[in-house]
Amino acid sequence: MSTIDSDHDGEERRDSTSTFGDYGGQYVPEALMPAVQELEDAYERYVLENEDGFMDEFRRRMREFGGRPTPLQRADRLSDRYDRDIYLKREDLVHGGAHKLNNALGQVLLAKYMGKERIVAETGAGQHGTATAMAAAHLEMPCEIYMGRTDINRQRPNVYRMRMNGAEVNPVDAGSGTLKEAINETMRDWATTVETTHYVIGSIVGPHPFPKMVRDFQAVIGQEARDQVREATGRLPDSVVACAGGGSNTMGTFHAFVPDESVALYAVEAGGSSLEIDADAGLAPNSATLSTGTDGVLHGAMTRLLQSDEGQIMESHSVSAGLDYAGVGPELAHLVESGRVTPVTVDDDAALEAFHRLSELEGVIPALESSHALGYLEHHHEDLGDLVVVNVSGRGDKDLETVLEETEKRDLEAAPDVEVFDG
Amino acid sequence: MSREPQVGGDDGRVQASGTKSDGGSDSDVESAIRQNRPALITYITAGDPSLEATGEYVEALDRGGADLIELGLPFSEPIAEGPTIQAAINRSLEAGTTPAAFFDLVDGLDTDAPILVMTYYNMILQFGPEADVRPFVERAADVGLSGIIVPDLPAEEAGPLRAACDEHGLDLVFIVAPTTEGERLDRIMSRVTGFAYVQARLGTTGARADVSTATHDGLARLTEYDVPKAVGFGVSEGDHAAEIVEAGADGVIVGSALVDIVADHGADGDAPAAADLEAKARELKAGARRGTTDDRAEDTPEPEQP
Repeated sequence: MSTIDSDHDGEERRDSTSTFGDYGGQYVPEALMPAVQELEDAYERYVLENEDGFMDEFRRRMREFGGRPTPLQRADRLSDRYDRDIYLKREDLVHGGAHKLNNALGQVLLAKYMGKERIVAETGAGQHGTATAMAAAHLEMPCEIYMGRTDINRQRPNVYRMRMNGAEVNPVDAGSGTLKEAINETMRDWATTVETTHYVIGSIVGPHPFPKMVRDFQAVIGQEARDQVREATGRLPDSVVACAGGGSNTMGTFHAFVPDESVALYAVEAGGSSLEIDADAGLAPNSATLSTGTDGVLHGAMTRLLQSDEGQIMESHSVSAGLDYAGVGPELAHLVESGRVTPVTVDDDAALEAFHRLSELEGVIPALESSHALGYLEHHHEDLGDLVVVNVSGRGDKDLETVLEETEKRDLEAAPDVEVFDG
Repeated sequence: MSREPQVGGDDGRVQASGTKSDGGSDSDVESAIRQNRPALITYITAGDPSLEATGEYVEALDRGGADLIELGLPFSEPIAEGPTIQAAINRSLEAGTTPAAFFDLVDGLDTDAPILVMTYYNMILQFGPEADVRPFVERAADVGLSGIIVPDLPAEEAGPLRAACDEHGLDLVFIVAPTTEGERLDRIMSRVTGFAYVQARLGTTGARADVSTATHDGLARLTEYDVPKAVGFGVSEGDHAAEIVEAGADGVIVGSALVDIVADHGADGDAPAAADLEAKARELKAGARRGTTDDRAEDTPEPEQP
């Protein structure tokens, strides 16, 4: 909303630091406002100004514990197939198998610098939860993860991983028992324990300063990729492609390229099974928030949402649990609004095809989330110029069960015969 | 319902526009608290189990002595609510409650107690064709609502809604949490109208077995502000109401304990639930009155005639 509100006293009290154009802000219960402001202060001092060497320690730990920097790899077979240079940013090689650790380690470390005694986090499919549990174990912080009951039932290995790292996993039974409900419940915990606890939010969503802070922890992806692509090719890419759910890998990849006007930025959303919505049932069979959503407030920020005309948030869908969210980061909403980022969609079928294609052609099994970014190449590579960077945000080992199940239901050109795995 | 000042209530409650010492006029909400001090403020979720039932419940609470009635307009992501009100919101949404039908219900109500709507910010933004708070506030004023409470709207983000409420003569109630301090407390207290909603404890709404110490601390911090203070979050019994009023509150807010009554009756008919709600309101109002010590009673202004 408007960043400077003149109230009835005529006092101006806000500047644009908490917003991105019309998006962002701090729409949280009053009990959380002091904590959000405390976090703002900590973000400015430790992250932006490197007070007490915070960022130095963060970068060191991401090298030693996290495995950074990750490579930028030329995908030779994909480059042949699409007749242009395709480079993969290999975030699947970060410790834990996804870009999620960049943010989780940053926030858990920040919580330590702030003197917090406990970490809470939400998780959908379990990627952010497992990254947070690893970071919390690494930094000796007590950690509780909220996870929807439905997600717990379909992601059991991730539940075990979190518990092995010493985290408590709290089931959330409300609603459909997925990510949105897990965020609600984590916010409720935080509103109760705010004096001692930091909420490690998993994407560039939530009230300011979370969207900026999470982006800054993830921005290493694009910073490395920008240097690496120039070193490899001597120039900037024509296009950068990343999948977008909440948008943390997206903004992490794009941030360094935003000022490079010659570089086109594509945010690939989950087209699910259809872009049509069933307003009466409150269901959106997709997670294409940037492409089809409308402006509203959810989980602390003004952003684009999948919602009914009356403002009820819809149940979203994607074959990829990590993209399955009815909101999106406010910065991405702003960059789409301003025309800097182009939102596009890839549906469940095309993402599954891309999953199999990369596995077979390049020996890299991508996460189903990342498969959406890769899926965009298949029919739109001619729009992307001669040199393309695609972010492989995570590895697909976690998705094997889903992929086998979903592949059996379909006739996919790129898929191996899954029957041979039976028995 | 009418927003005209009126003397009403068979129990002698007064609903009138009073006159402040500075010559300004109190709102319906502020008058309802100041002139019926200690005031009982009741919350139920509209549409749980149906809007028809809500109409009967509101009238029962009004008969039972509620001085202000908050009606929850359900939102799918109620992050400030505990399990009791979350469940009520789910029941209401499953029953198909919409903002338009909610306003129609309120339009047809006739109560002595002014009514406020409590809902989340996105519901207010989405009422019109664009994301804009004004159509909601305009409709709220049209149907005779007296004020708005928004649990996910801190004062920092409230500029547009504050302006719309001022334009249409509605109160905008802000919540003061145990963590609210310093300049932010001053700012909130300077912007609040109607009453300050004092959150008795950190966390979410829900009935509790005792009154938190944060209640006493919270009220002590607010004595210097000339705004009525009402305490909510966890208040469920007449004795809680007594203790809270004794600690200096001008009113008590009870929600989950009433929603529990609605839930317990489920589908077994609206009349028994209404009777229990009325009885619970009487218990709470009597409890609040017990908390009024003699010297406090002297401070309570005499009811004024319009």
